[in-house]
Amino acid sequence: MDALRPYIAAFNSRFLLMMQYRAAALAGFFTQCWFGAVHVMVLAAFYLGAPEAAAASPITLSQAVTYTWLAQGLLAVMPWNGDPEVAAGVRTGSISYDRLRPVDAYALWYVRAAGWMTARLVPRVALMILAAGIALPLIGQGQWAWQPPSSLSAALLFALSETLAIALACAIVMLINIIVVATLNARGINILMQPIVIIFTGNLLPLALYPDVVRVALFLQPFAGTLDIPNRIYFGNLTGQMAWAGIGLQIFWTVLFIVLGRFWLGRVMSRLEVQGG
Amino acid sequence: MPQILVQDLAKTYRVAERDPGMLGAVRGLVRRRWRTVEALKDVSFSLERGELLGFIGPNGAGKSTTIKILSGILRPDGGRVEIEGLVPYADRIKHVARIGVVFGQRTQLWWDLPVIDGFDLLRDIYRVDPQRYKATRDELVAMLRLEKLLDQPVRQLSLGQRMRAEIAAALLHEPSILFLDEPTIGLDAPSKLAVREFVKKLNQERGVTVLLTTHDMHDIEALAQRVIVIGHGQVLADSPFETLRANVLAERRLFVDFAGDAPALDLPGAEVRNRDGRSLELAFDPRVTSAPALIAAITARHAVEDIHVEQPAIEEVIAKFYDLHGANEA
Repeated sequence: MDALRPYIAAFNSRFLLMMQYRAAALAGFFTQCWFGAVHVMVLAAFYLGAPEAAAASPITLSQAVTYTWLAQGLLAVMPWNGDPEVAAGVRTGSISYDRLRPVDAYALWYVRAAGWMTARLVPRVALMILAAGIALPLIGQGQWAWQPPSSLSAALLFALSETLAIALACAIVMLINIIVVATLNARGINILMQPIVIIFTGNLLPLALYPDVVRVALFLQPFAGTLDIPNRIYFGNLTGQMAWAGIGLQIFWTVLFIVLGRFWLGRVMSRLEVQGG
Repeated sequence: MPQILVQDLAKTYRVAERDPGMLGAVRGLVRRRWRTVEALKDVSFSLERGELLGFIGPNGAGKSTTIKILSGILRPDGGRVEIEGLVPYADRIKHVARIGVVFGQRTQLWWDLPVIDGFDLLRDIYRVDPQRYKATRDELVAMLRLEKLLDQPVRQLSLGQRMRAEIAAALLHEPSILFLDEPTIGLDAPSKLAVREFVKKLNQERGVTVLLTTHDMHDIEALAQRVIVIGHGQVLADSPFETLRANVLAERRLFVDFAGDAPALDLPGAEVRNRDGRSLELAFDPRVTSAPALIAAITARHAVEDIHVEQPAIEEVIAKFYDLHGANEA
C-alpha cells in the first residue's frame, strides 16, 4: 500500500482541487446542453426526413439521441488537450520540481491527469443525467431523453468499458503532455487535437453512421475506445463477442500508449533543458 | 569519502538563434541556426557531510545548472557526480528522496491549496511515516513561524511568507542535503534574516549539508564557511570567504571631513578616490600603510572634524574578482 501512497495522494489532491471549480462545471454543463440539443435536432431531421435510410441505419434514432447525451455528459473524457498543469509547469519551469519527487514520473503525471479528468467528469455527468435523463421525460419529452442502458449486463459492461475509456484517454493525454514538454508549447498540439478528437471519438457523429467502407477502420482506431465503444455497449448495439472485441481494443490501445509514453517520456526527460534562474 | 563528489562536470545547451524582425522569423522557419552555449566546462569540487557551501558568480555563470545536475534534474554531458554513493541523474528516484531543494524563483507548493494541504501531499509523495511527519512538520512550523499561514492558500502569501513555507516543504522528509538556489531573491530584510538564521541553525544543529547559490553577498558572509566562485562555467576560486576577501581586496577606505575645504594631499600608500567640498575619500592598502599612521599624518597638518575607516562592500570585492577573471556576464 505504501508503494501506491504517492499516486493515490496525487490523484485525490487533483480531484478535490478540481471539484472546487463549480462555476466552470456549471458553464460546461450549459454549453453541453446546448450542443446536445443541436445534435439531437440535426439527428432528428436526418432520421425523420429519410425514413427508408433510417430504417436501414445500424442504430435507431432513440439510440442516437442517447448517444448524443452520453457524448455530452462524458465530454471530460475526451483527450482534447494535455493536462494544463503540465503545460503551466513547462512554462514556469516548475516541472523541475516534479523531477525531484521520488516517484515514477510517468505514473505521477498519469494519476494527476486521471484526477483532473474524473473531477471534471463527475459533476457534468450528474447534471446531464438530471437534465436529459430525468427532466426531459418529466416534461413529456421522453422521446428526446437519455435512455437507461438496454439491460443489466449492458450496464455492467458499460461500466467496465467506460473505466477503460478513462484509462485510454489518460494515456492519450500523457502522449500530448510529452509533446508539450518536448516542444515547450501547449497550444500547437492542443489545436491539432480538437478536430481529430471530435471526429474520431464519435462526438460529432456516431461512428456507426459513417459509410460501410470506413466503419471497420473507425472501429479499430484508438479514439473509438474513448467514447464510441462504451456508448454502443450501453444501448446494446455492441453485444456479446463484439462488445468484448471493443473492450479488447480499448485494452490494447491503452497498454500500447502507456508503453510508448513511458519510453518517450524517458527520452524527453533525459534531454530536458531547464533554462534561466 | 566525501558526501558530494563532483569531477570535471560539463554541460552544453543548444540555443536556437534567429535574426531579428519579420524576415528573420520567416527565415528561421526554413533553416534554423543553433548556437552552443557552454554552461559548464570543467567544474570539480567535493563537499563533506555537514558543510555549508556558498556558490557565487554572475548571472549565467553556471550556478543553477550545477544545482540542477546535482539534484538529478539535468544530465551532464561530461564528468562525474556522486552523492552519498549515488549518481543523481542515473539513480534519480533513490537520490531525490534524500535531498531537499528550493528554487527561489519557482514554487513547489500548490498555488490554490492551503499550505498545510501541500505539506500533507508531500508527506504522501515522499512516503513519510505519519508520526514522524507530524513531529518534523510541527518543528519546522515553529522554527519558521508558519503557524498562522498554514490554512491560507499559497497564492495569498507574501513572498517572504511563501519562501519560509517553501523551505519547510523541502525539509518535511528530513533530507541530509539541502540545495538552495537563490533562496533570498526578492525578499525584504527581515525575511532574509529569518531565512539565514534558519539555514544556519539547520546546518549547525542538524548537521544538514547545505549548498546555496545567491547574489546577495550578505547571505554568503552570514552563512558560508566556504565559497566557490564560478564564472564562465569554471571554478575560479574555492576557499573560505575571509581568505577570498583578504586575497582579492585588502583595500580600506578612509573618509575625512575637514574644517575647511578639503586640501590637496600627497600621502604614501594612499590615494584620493573622491573629493566633495570639505570631504575626502582615500583608498589605502593596510599592508603598505596603517590607518593610525595615515590619520596621524592628516590630523598633524589639517583641522579635521570627522574621520572613519570602512572596509569595501562585499559586492565590490566580488565585482573586482569577476573583473580580474574576465568573468562578467557576456
